[in-house]
Amino acid sequence: MGSSWDWQIFLQDTGGGRTYLQWLMSAWGWTMSVALCALVVALVVGSLMGIFRTVPHRGLVALGNAWTELFRNIPLLVQIFLWYHVIPSIFLVLRGVPSFVLVVFALGFFTSARISEQVKAGIQALPKGQRYAGLAVGLTLPQTYRYVLLPMAFRIVIPPLTSEAMNIVKNSSVAFAVSIAELTMFALQAGEETSRNIEIYLAVTALYFISAFSINRIAQFIERRVQVPGMIGGAK
Amino acid sequence: MNLDFSFLQWGVLKSFVLKGFIFSVELTLVAMIGGIALGTVLALMRLSGRKWLVLPAAFYVNTLRSIPLVMVILWFFLLIPLLIGRPMGAELSAVITFTVFEAAYYSEIMRAGIQSVPRGQVHAGYAVGMTYAQCMQLIVLPQAFRNMLPVLLTQTVILFQDTSLVYAIGAYDLLKGFEVAGKNFNRPVETYLVAALVYFVICFSLSMLVRRLQQKIQIIR
Repeated sequence: MGSSWDWQIFLQDTGGGRTYLQWLMSAWGWTMSVALCALVVALVVGSLMGIFRTVPHRGLVALGNAWTELFRNIPLLVQIFLWYHVIPSIFLVLRGVPSFVLVVFALGFFTSARISEQVKAGIQALPKGQRYAGLAVGLTLPQTYRYVLLPMAFRIVIPPLTSEAMNIVKNSSVAFAVSIAELTMFALQAGEETSRNIEIYLAVTALYFISAFSINRIAQFIERRVQVPGMIGGAK
Repeated sequence: MNLDFSFLQWGVLKSFVLKGFIFSVELTLVAMIGGIALGTVLALMRLSGRKWLVLPAAFYVNTLRSIPLVMVILWFFLLIPLLIGRPMGAELSAVITFTVFEAAYYSEIMRAGIQSVPRGQVHAGYAVGMTYAQCMQLIVLPQAFRNMLPVLLTQTVILFQDTSLVYAIGAYDLLKGFEVAGKNFNRPVETYLVAALVYFVICFSLSMLVRRLQQKIQIIR
């Protein structure tokens, strides 16, 4: 391997009618698509499970707890292999599902366990009186959650959710193991083809940085927009 | 699809999986001990208040925390041989990578732990004539470790899960052991299921133990 830089490598043709730069950009697109779709799955499922763990119903609490423990205690790579190799061969209906979808669910469910922890903590951080007040004025339990508890709980958990959103970008790198054409897969393949690993790795690492940083900025923007003056984190 | 686990006898487990299991445990333990030691040094640097110590430590921690672990594993596997001038096995490379990488995470925990000890105790140490090193060693760090023990152990459970990512450089760990066994007997579905079960049992029981420890420590405090 040469010791001097050779950044022109990115303008070289890959042999498939596109340059390495174009391939890199498409890989970045895959990384962000996996991460954002998984984030949607994780937020929906994680919030639901987190809420279940705080309701006065034993069955739902047990379901939420079991879900969280199951998806938190198996390594992400193993979960991705389960979705990719095991689930389609047990449920034959899922055989034709593209691996992109499987990885999105694997990453989404894995992250949902962490989000459920945070949503639960956010709801429990509210004074008990708010729940009783909601019920006392005649709201049903779902209404109490919708109009009293959740609006404040979600504002409380924005900072930990932000770091989960950044984690999901980082964790999407594990998708290389089932040959999703994302950034890490690009790093491995393009590095091998060009023997210019350092330039390729630097570009990929920089893109991971930029992605995580942008998510951080967007989340801070959202946090400021939804602040309630006089409450936690509000009234600056 | 019928599942058939009958081939997973002790002999098979011993010849394929045991070696990988031992490596995963070794990797976890070495990275935990090395990572906590290095992480504590980094935390002390960041809290020292001296710019030439704070900046490099902050750079180290923030950089490693923003890069995916898989990329860090690949970087080290690429760079260590270039630096030392000879090839290095995937296993040894993994041990170095995880120690360096986990130090960044442990250092954040230790920083919180050190900050959880009231400053008055440090002043009291100085007042009775202790040096900075004595204050840290005899007063602050023992309490910081104790306060943070559950969090340090939780991080170690995550570390154990993360060791499966040495897959990227082909090191022979627990997951790889199951995978090789699955390929040999042409039963990949069963071996992945058992691998998931083994990881789950280990991580779940460890997190239960950590939870109990946490309750005990809370009572003492």
